[in-house]
Amino acid sequence: MARIDLDLAHSYRPNPQQDNDYALLPLKMSFADGGAYALLGPSGCGKTTMLNIISGLVQPSQGTVSFDGRDVTALSPQQRNIAQVFQFPVIYDTMTVAENLAFPLKNRGVPADRIKARVGRIAEMLELSGQLNQRAAGLAADAKQKISLGRGLVREDVSAVLFDEPLTVIDPHLKWQLRRKLKQIHHELKLTLIYVTHDQVEALTFAEKIVVMSQGRAVQVGSADQLFERPQHQFVGHFIGSPGMNFLPARWQAGVLTVAGQDLRLDAPGLAAHPTLTLGVRPEYVTLAAPGDANAVRARVARVQDVGTYWLVSAALGEQTVRLRLPAEAMPPAEGSEIGLQLLGAHTCFYGADERLIEEARA
Amino acid sequence: MQLTMEGLSYRVGAAEYLYPLDLRLVPGAVTVLLGATQAGKTSLMRLMAGLDKPSGGRVSVDGIDVTGVPVRQRKVSMVYQQFINYPSMSVFDNIASPLKLRGGLDAAAVRAQVQALAERLHIEMHLTKLPAQLSGGQQQRVALARALAKAAPLMLLDEPLVNLDYKLREELREELAQLFAAGESTVVYATTEPAEALLLGGHTAVLDAGELLQYGPTAEVFHRPASLRVARAFSDPPMNLLAGQSSGERIDLGSGLALALRAPAGSVTVGVRANALRLQQRPGDIALAGAVELAEISGSDTFVHVKSAVGPLVAQLGGVHYFELGTPLTLYLDGAQTYVFDAQGLLLLAPERGAPK
Amino acid sequence: MNVAKPVNQKAWLMILPVLICVAFSAILPLMTVVNYSVQDIISPDRRVFVGTEWFASVMRDPELHEALLRQLGFSLAVLLVELPLGVALALAMPAQGWKASAVLVIVALSLLIPWNVVGTIWQIFGRADIGLLGATLQGLGISYNYTGDATDAWLTVLVMDVWHWTPLVALLGYAGLRSIPDAYYQAAQIDGASKFAVFRYIQLPKMRGVLMIAVLLRFMDSFMIYTEPFVLTGGGPGNATTFLSQFLTQKAVGQFDLGPAAAFSLIYFLIILLLCFILYNGMQALGTADKEATK
Repeated sequence: MARIDLDLAHSYRPNPQQDNDYALLPLKMSFADGGAYALLGPSGCGKTTMLNIISGLVQPSQGTVSFDGRDVTALSPQQRNIAQVFQFPVIYDTMTVAENLAFPLKNRGVPADRIKARVGRIAEMLELSGQLNQRAAGLAADAKQKISLGRGLVREDVSAVLFDEPLTVIDPHLKWQLRRKLKQIHHELKLTLIYVTHDQVEALTFAEKIVVMSQGRAVQVGSADQLFERPQHQFVGHFIGSPGMNFLPARWQAGVLTVAGQDLRLDAPGLAAHPTLTLGVRPEYVTLAAPGDANAVRARVARVQDVGTYWLVSAALGEQTVRLRLPAEAMPPAEGSEIGLQLLGAHTCFYGADERLIEEARA
Repeated sequence: MQLTMEGLSYRVGAAEYLYPLDLRLVPGAVTVLLGATQAGKTSLMRLMAGLDKPSGGRVSVDGIDVTGVPVRQRKVSMVYQQFINYPSMSVFDNIASPLKLRGGLDAAAVRAQVQALAERLHIEMHLTKLPAQLSGGQQQRVALARALAKAAPLMLLDEPLVNLDYKLREELREELAQLFAAGESTVVYATTEPAEALLLGGHTAVLDAGELLQYGPTAEVFHRPASLRVARAFSDPPMNLLAGQSSGERIDLGSGLALALRAPAGSVTVGVRANALRLQQRPGDIALAGAVELAEISGSDTFVHVKSAVGPLVAQLGGVHYFELGTPLTLYLDGAQTYVFDAQGLLLLAPERGAPK
Repeated sequence: MNVAKPVNQKAWLMILPVLICVAFSAILPLMTVVNYSVQDIISPDRRVFVGTEWFASVMRDPELHEALLRQLGFSLAVLLVELPLGVALALAMPAQGWKASAVLVIVALSLLIPWNVVGTIWQIFGRADIGLLGATLQGLGISYNYTGDATDAWLTVLVMDVWHWTPLVALLGYAGLRSIPDAYYQAAQIDGASKFAVFRYIQLPKMRGVLMIAVLLRFMDSFMIYTEPFVLTGGGPGNATTFLSQFLTQKAVGQFDLGPAAAFSLIYFLIILLLCFILYNGMQALGTADKEATK
């Protein structure tokens, strides 16, 4: 188990001039010992590059990687004592399950009885005990992925376990089981776990802290509720949540907030310094009101979708669309009807021209 | 076009891929084929397209029997999982190809139509590039544009979004729903995710192990599953199933818990959707006490796995909730919100639903 | 799920032209040979039907048995040397960049040389007076005479074949190696595996398919070898390097005994077919044995 510190940047060109040349823009990040982290972002955001730099498969073009304060930038993955689970299962075809799990220990010269005990314990944790003597090559994809994971866990002194979108080849109904297994393992072994994914459900369910990345930059680091309730950047508001946050251009002047041509009363002097404003509010926090209600905007219902466990209402606010969620037992408004939307509340966020959260404004 | 399938079945060697089914697609609307992998969705689509000949039964278009008519003579367009485009042709030529094959349009008209389609799918800035130079999402948009260009009365999409990023999938699904609504083709869309079926709306046909279980408006199939198998296939997270014994007046769940529901006497299965379980007690609720096994947070919802006296339960709670593993937790359930299935798995009772006012 | 491709009977019509060509170039000549093999051809117009007599006498011929043993020994030696050498070469070749292309071209050069030219090259190469190899060995004091000494002749033919055909095994092995995803090497690195362990547990198992093809090709080709040894040693000294196909030619062309030669051709054809069948099934069994063991 180790605390991992990153202070680096990575570019594919020798002399990076602009942001585009960087795969990872200069960043400083720490992963605490024993924590479960997720690197979340769309394809091409740099999350796999960051993972490979942590594991040692890629050397950063500038900067350092430290484990427990020790500079390990020049060390290989073997020397860093890292375990990595890849997108598709990597197993040794000619060996049995037990031999696969024992392989890393054998290479390190661990005595045979210790190996047997350790392999037995890990196999039990992963529910592979019944298959220890079978040839690994013939098992299903999720069993193979468990073996890949087991090979990482079997070393007692492993500093961190890294996952690169490991559930990609797993059937949807088995994903539930494997996710639960990962959480239990974290609970039991208290290892530092770092998980790369583009799926917010995987990231939020697995990790204690999530690093949201976009275009080579770590946009926000926080827990699930921090990312959900106070996104620091419009990208986080958009990427997390299904559907993402509603964004509406707005203007504030002297106590009046103008959104889509309608005026609302809002006392937030912190907004005065920002001529370009975007109002962000999640569909879960937009409330339905009567069309003439005080401090509500008038909108027309464009679409009502029954999503089984909730209603998704899309309302047209001038040129913009605002989405809101209503619980399944509620009676949703009819399509085409006029409604009022309460956009301002404790969870409403304001973003400036740089798409960053304006801290001083709380609606 | 009215696509009708009667007694359609498909087998290869000894393996039965589709058991005889009857299906009449609602013309001009979206039909979702929902089922797990290997349920028969792709087999059914290929029979609809004419890529395969059925082992039994017939396919009719607008009353005319087209069973055995090869796909080249049928007016069908298809979009696949694997972003299939002509690799050596530019995006423009890809989209223009069905227009040129159809004939009857001069170069200027072709250009105008390609431009319009590219703008609808937001790829107009990539018209001169090759598909390999585009991202996955963009390549799939090119495939979609090509399918739309063909303007065939039947459009088939076989899990087209499954290879894309989560967020991209959401965005493209929104756009697809609007594109389908704007067009006049009958659209058939295959997927394994219940959420996708619900978001696309239209009608849903639930397939399981080669059998067609139910076909109807999506919301209806979801809220009134005809059988236990449909309920299992069309729930995400999986529906909680509790064994019960009905006495005619009440249903006994064991461990002293009972629901005041009237069902024919005998053994029953009570189905509880994850979002029917609550943390706050309301009058009339029964209490299911247990301990937290796992909490999964997805941002908008939290899924709590609880081990209770009546078995393992999954509850869907709105918002973000943190639970320590092992904490005791009581979930509350309103009996009126449960589904009751008889011993054969057929639906006896389903919750009442309000309609939009 | 494997969705069945549509069955189209019209495809058979498309193959008809090919079938006709193959019939003329292969099947009709084969039928002619079968025809000869059951007749005694005393002179072009005098033929007597003898049934299976030639087959029987050919099978009993002690010279044939010797030639067969010689051939088997040669093929075995070829496989034992070329396979490990080819794999070693494949492992040493660079994976990417301009160096990979350059090395590929250099390695493939010996495959491009016409076979009788190969024989001639080595013939001159081995001569004690003007050949580089011959002169060097003589200078070192090693007695080497491939025309007079049987062992030397054998070795020279073997080395010539290795020089000529190992690149084929190397190229096949190289293709097999390139198809292994990087993640396997990365995982092995993380597991702390030695280079030998990587070879044994990752590279060799993943190359199994291509190596099977290499064994099959090399065995078949070496079993039918004719031009190179013929040009190099002419089958000598004596019949030390007279392999099966040369033996057959001597019988048919040299002695103009068409009947026995035809019979022997058919037997030769069947031997190769049988050995390939055994080899191929043996390897398939090895492949499925892995899958069976996991059930």
